[in-house]
Amino acid sequence: MGKLLEIEDLHVSFSTRGGIVEAVRGVSLALDAGATLGVVGESGSGKSVTSYAVMRLLDRAGRITAGSIRFCGQDVTRLDHRDLRALGGGAMSMIFQNPRAALNPIRMVGLQIADAIRAHTDLGASAARSRALELLHAVQIRDPERRLDAFPHELSGGMCQRVMIAMAIACEPALLIADEPTTGLDVTTQKTVMDLLARLTTERGMGMILVTHDLGLATQYCRQVAVMEQGRVVEQGPAAMVFRGPCHPYTRRLVAASPTRTSTVADLVGGGAPVPATRRPRPPAGTPMLLEVQGLTKRFGETTAVDEVSFTLEAGESLGLVGESGSGKSTISRLICRLIDQSGGDILFEGESIGGLPAREFHRAPQRRAIQIVFQDPHDSLNPRFSAFDAIAHPLRRLEGMRDGPALRDRVAACAERSGLPLELLGRFPHQLSGGQKARVGIARAIATRPRLLVLDEPTAALDVSVQAVILKLLDDLRREDGLAYLFVSHDLNVVRMMCERTIVLQQGRIVEAGPSREIFTAPKRSYTRELLAAIPHFTPDLMMPTAPFPGIAAEPMMHPQGAVLHRSLGPPP
Amino acid sequence: MSAITTLGHAGWVLRGNPVTVVAAVGAALLIAAALFAPWIAPYDPIASNVREALQPPSAAHWAGTDQLGRDIASRVLFAARIDLAVAASAVSLSFVVGAVIGSFCGYVGGALDRAVGRIVDVLMAFPLFVLAMAMVAALGNRVENIVIATAFINLPFYIRFARAEVNIRRNLGWVEAARACGDSHISVVLRFLLPNILPAMAVQISLNLGWAILNAAGLSFIGLGVTAPTPEWGIMVAEGARFITSGQWWLVAAPGLTLMLSVLCFNLLGDGLRDILDPRMRT
Repeated sequence: MGKLLEIEDLHVSFSTRGGIVEAVRGVSLALDAGATLGVVGESGSGKSVTSYAVMRLLDRAGRITAGSIRFCGQDVTRLDHRDLRALGGGAMSMIFQNPRAALNPIRMVGLQIADAIRAHTDLGASAARSRALELLHAVQIRDPERRLDAFPHELSGGMCQRVMIAMAIACEPALLIADEPTTGLDVTTQKTVMDLLARLTTERGMGMILVTHDLGLATQYCRQVAVMEQGRVVEQGPAAMVFRGPCHPYTRRLVAASPTRTSTVADLVGGGAPVPATRRPRPPAGTPMLLEVQGLTKRFGETTAVDEVSFTLEAGESLGLVGESGSGKSTISRLICRLIDQSGGDILFEGESIGGLPAREFHRAPQRRAIQIVFQDPHDSLNPRFSAFDAIAHPLRRLEGMRDGPALRDRVAACAERSGLPLELLGRFPHQLSGGQKARVGIARAIATRPRLLVLDEPTAALDVSVQAVILKLLDDLRREDGLAYLFVSHDLNVVRMMCERTIVLQQGRIVEAGPSREIFTAPKRSYTRELLAAIPHFTPDLMMPTAPFPGIAAEPMMHPQGAVLHRSLGPPP
Repeated sequence: MSAITTLGHAGWVLRGNPVTVVAAVGAALLIAAALFAPWIAPYDPIASNVREALQPPSAAHWAGTDQLGRDIASRVLFAARIDLAVAASAVSLSFVVGAVIGSFCGYVGGALDRAVGRIVDVLMAFPLFVLAMAMVAALGNRVENIVIATAFINLPFYIRFARAEVNIRRNLGWVEAARACGDSHISVVLRFLLPNILPAMAVQISLNLGWAILNAAGLSFIGLGVTAPTPEWGIMVAEGARFITSGQWWLVAAPGLTLMLSVLCFNLLGDGLRDILDPRMRT
């Protein structure tokens, strides 16, 4: 079988303010017909730029400066616009990260699929429509006849991605490029979408390039992987080999930083023995719980976001709230921080009811200092007009009435140091800081008033995996050393397992299951919890084996000699 | 990329847009002329000298003299004071009031937003210049009332603008973070949201200044507001218009051109500011 795609020594550069930026510097990749290749790397590694270059979708500032991209023998870099149009969407097509943004919001999805078909064939309108219906059947969307006339906003994120896939495979492409196709989707949706992609590519003999930051996803769905860092491929080969015995230091760091079923926070940063969970001193009898939530309910109009949720949290304890989008976990974190009012139920903090205080008055309550929050997107949560110093000093000025002076400077410096933020960065503004540095500013701000309860709302969701690792380590240390209690909200079950002693699983505003994290993750009692756990693309380099990528269809016979060797050497899956 | 300073960024954008630099220089000259008029004007703008009436431009009178023998160049310089002052105070007034009302509407939403929104719609349904005329006529023929009328007809634009700018920011993380740090809703709007929409509002202010100058001159032109001997571009054009037919074009030329150039300068400056502040230009 010939090579479907051969990228040789590809260089792409962008002309920007600061001069020429080389985004891709000498990438060589090859893909056989019908094979799958995972391109993994962190932000800025050039993985998306490479795939855009293959599709010739680079924006005007970007230019292929050297190298060749041979697709079915013809050099894509030398094609003119007419040939490119025939190629794009025809012989090769792409699935984008945000399906909702990639679909035209004012056109019915059936018409959009038909557009894709008619751009490359001379089918009539009704023939294209029936072909679109076939495609919707193929992507296993529920109720395909009705979806044909639906607008994108009437569909869920997972359904939109299925429509995108239908469009991408409409003209039977030989190559499918999926750029982070499931980022932003729930883990169970991610699994069904990825299974679908895997099945379609095998059935139709399409080659697929999966661009992702998730090593678990790449191992589970790709035979071959290429690891990219700063515009270069640092390592490539069969997925199992690359991740089981990484040669390049960057791959090693990336593998270490990716949470697995068994890893601890200490493992992620590759340093030292795991810190034993220090036994908290038992609070003297009669001490009220730090936090007690009783029958908490929140309704937005007709919908009930949080439905009769009750739980408790001890001083110094860490409790995880996990659930998919719409489970009400973020609403609960805002209710407990008293940023919004509940519709029913009560919140007790150290035995005192704070649920009765309206959220708009809470800034004057003495408990405001004791309950702080770290937000999801570190960039989004910093005022663009505040320097790092001002951001950290803000709660001290407002809640402790501190004035400018040496005392305030010392407090801010201490918080910054505690959060691992170099002091020379304090004068910078958010747009001058990296993602990890911004996350540290957000944490420093939250611990500035020495709170007793810290609500962490997906604190690492927007960070690269290696940055996530160090931030999780920092949070873990902070809790152990300063005796903070955490309410840790996350959709990432592995992260919650590592960070929290107890876990609550939420579904549609209700508690499905609660208990010690170890039990929830090893012996879940409820089927929903089991489903959630099964859907995580587990990154287990040590016991990795080629498994059937989707239920019901056996693993394809290996196409690559190395893969076949690997298959035999590992034996059947247990 | 992170080390781009605001000034450096402005310089970079301006290099690709030299018209803005010209407009900024023009606006600066205009403001300087207004400030230093008593020192740089060669003649008294009000003193008449009938022997020198209706002289065409010459070395002694660069822009000629009017029917009372007053030096037109001096009058144009002095007129810049009153016209710019009226425009600037009207725009500041409508900016301050409009930004605060608009920000609260955008932040609170709901019934307040809907009520204010409909009032603004009603205001904008009026022909605005006619509304200003009616207001000055009703309130009395004084300069303060020109300011109030001009501010009032500008108000809807500021309310809408501030409302839209705040509305897209109200759910951002740093707004919630400010509340967690102990700020009340009011202080979030005044100390967080307003400063963040200022750059965008600056564009509106600059575009609006030109319009306000035109509005003030227009009101004077039809005889409202500033009255006769006071040098003002609108009155000068109105008085000079009578002499165009008899060939004395210079009575309207200098004030008319200055009026046009000043409006043009502020409009171009606004366009340039928009380019400088456009976040898409930041990468």
